[in-house]
Amino acid sequence: MNVEVTPLPGIGTRQDFMIRAGRRIGVITYRDGKFELIVSRKDDPDDCSASVALTPAEAGTLAGLLGAPQLVAHLDEQHRDVAGISTRQFPIVPGSRFDGRTLGETELRTRTGASIVAVVRAGSVHPSPRPDFPFEGGDLVVVVGTAEGLAKTTDVLDG
Amino acid sequence: MHDTAIALIQLGAVFFGLGLLGKMAWRIGISPIPLYLIGGLAFGQGGLVPLHGIEGFSHIASEIGVILLLLLLGLEYSAAELMTGLKRSWTAGLVDIVLNAAPGAIAALVLGWGPVGALAMAGVTYISSSGIIAKVLGDLGRLGNRETPVVLSVLVFEDLAMAVYLPILTAVLAGVSFLGGLGAVGISLAAITVVLVVALKFGRYVSAVVDSPDPEVFLLKLLGAALLVAGLASQLQVSAAVGAFLLGIAISGSTAENATRMLEPLRDLFAAMFFVVFGLNTDPASIPPVLALAVALAVVTTLTKVATGWWAAKRQGIGKLGRARAGAALVARGEFSIVIASLTVASGAVDGELAALATAYVLLMAVLGPVAARVVEPLAKSVRGRSAEAAAV
Repeated sequence: MNVEVTPLPGIGTRQDFMIRAGRRIGVITYRDGKFELIVSRKDDPDDCSASVALTPAEAGTLAGLLGAPQLVAHLDEQHRDVAGISTRQFPIVPGSRFDGRTLGETELRTRTGASIVAVVRAGSVHPSPRPDFPFEGGDLVVVVGTAEGLAKTTDVLDG
Repeated sequence: MHDTAIALIQLGAVFFGLGLLGKMAWRIGISPIPLYLIGGLAFGQGGLVPLHGIEGFSHIASEIGVILLLLLLGLEYSAAELMTGLKRSWTAGLVDIVLNAAPGAIAALVLGWGPVGALAMAGVTYISSSGIIAKVLGDLGRLGNRETPVVLSVLVFEDLAMAVYLPILTAVLAGVSFLGGLGAVGISLAAITVVLVVALKFGRYVSAVVDSPDPEVFLLKLLGAALLVAGLASQLQVSAAVGAFLLGIAISGSTAENATRMLEPLRDLFAAMFFVVFGLNTDPASIPPVLALAVALAVVTTLTKVATGWWAAKRQGIGKLGRARAGAALVARGEFSIVIASLTVASGAVDGELAALATAYVLLMAVLGPVAARVVEPLAKSVRGRSAEAAAV
């Protein structure tokens, strides 16, 4: 992907790129550390239809949401040599059964054979979480297992 | 004690009134500068309410206002940004100078203010208000637009042009001859070169002198350094404003960013006082005679700025709507036009009418600028729609 970096003197830096849908999408990084998400307009690629101010924490969360699939893809790549093993991510829906409970309480390993290798929360990755790791609504749980194990995981985490 | 009480009440009333004006201005989407000027016109000489007892303070406060305005203008862009700006946008910068300085200079010559008046008015109509423009671009969510770097690079070039222009202006105002003027040009070019080199190579040393992790120490050292440099420059007949500006350029990196953040509220306070004092010293009765001329200048220089922006954006491959936006964004004139007018009038080298013309002009342009930036898009679209309709028929 060809990311264009444009200095904005006195303000900060604009980094953006063309997406396949024909729009420019990118981020303005202000000198004082704030971010702004920008999306260009369809009918006028010079103009922006949205420019959304984000705090560093919000930007981190958004990056995590968008970056999680990449983490899964990366893990999948690593497990390719082991036949029958794959990686998937499951959201902890706010207010659902395991929102506020610990990883150990899911008894996932015992019930499905699959294991939780990472939890993505608010943009940051918590690798190899321990059984006492408490889940929060909005977490993304990255699970490695067989196809059957992963199917069962869906039932456990949804149920 | 009684005098102090009256002075405090007057000062409090002035600041509170300016606060209300500022709130009103941003609510209707214009810069507060014209309202501050009107506030100043309303007080004092020939105005409604005479202010006594705070002249001493308001005079020095307005001087500090000018120093802070120019210190922050210098801080706004790093030396590296100035250098790349110079390399990338010098053609657009030259077009900007030619198109926008000429109307002011011609008006001054027609009015018989001589070459000195022409030089001053050229500056008044040339320099865009980077403060108003940055605020308006941010408010309208246009910082991510493709034409915005073009607009900013024109502003960067104007910043550099000021570094050369202000020393020349102050030398000429001090009454040096034509040859002496050429000498002043040489000296100011040498000074700005030295400052840029120092800022690029040794900026961290200059920064280290004023920098401190403690905000209180930092503020005191920074303000102290600015006033010292400004005072020394003033003593050397180069004008306090120029000294502060060059100091601003020499401070670089994170120190510059922290300094900007720290000084912004102070600048807003003292600059407001500067506008009021400038308005105070201008007799409201002197405005109506120059109003027609100010309107004519406003119309012409709006068109020339739009043309500058259009041309600069076109060179960067921006579409027609973007070119119109770039042009309209550059229209606003404000604080620096008033600074130039105030330097000129204070020297006594030019007819006092210049202050009236500059006031009326900035009153118009500071209102017109943000409005132009806002309405340009619907306007351009309706024009395009109409021409498309005409083509269809």
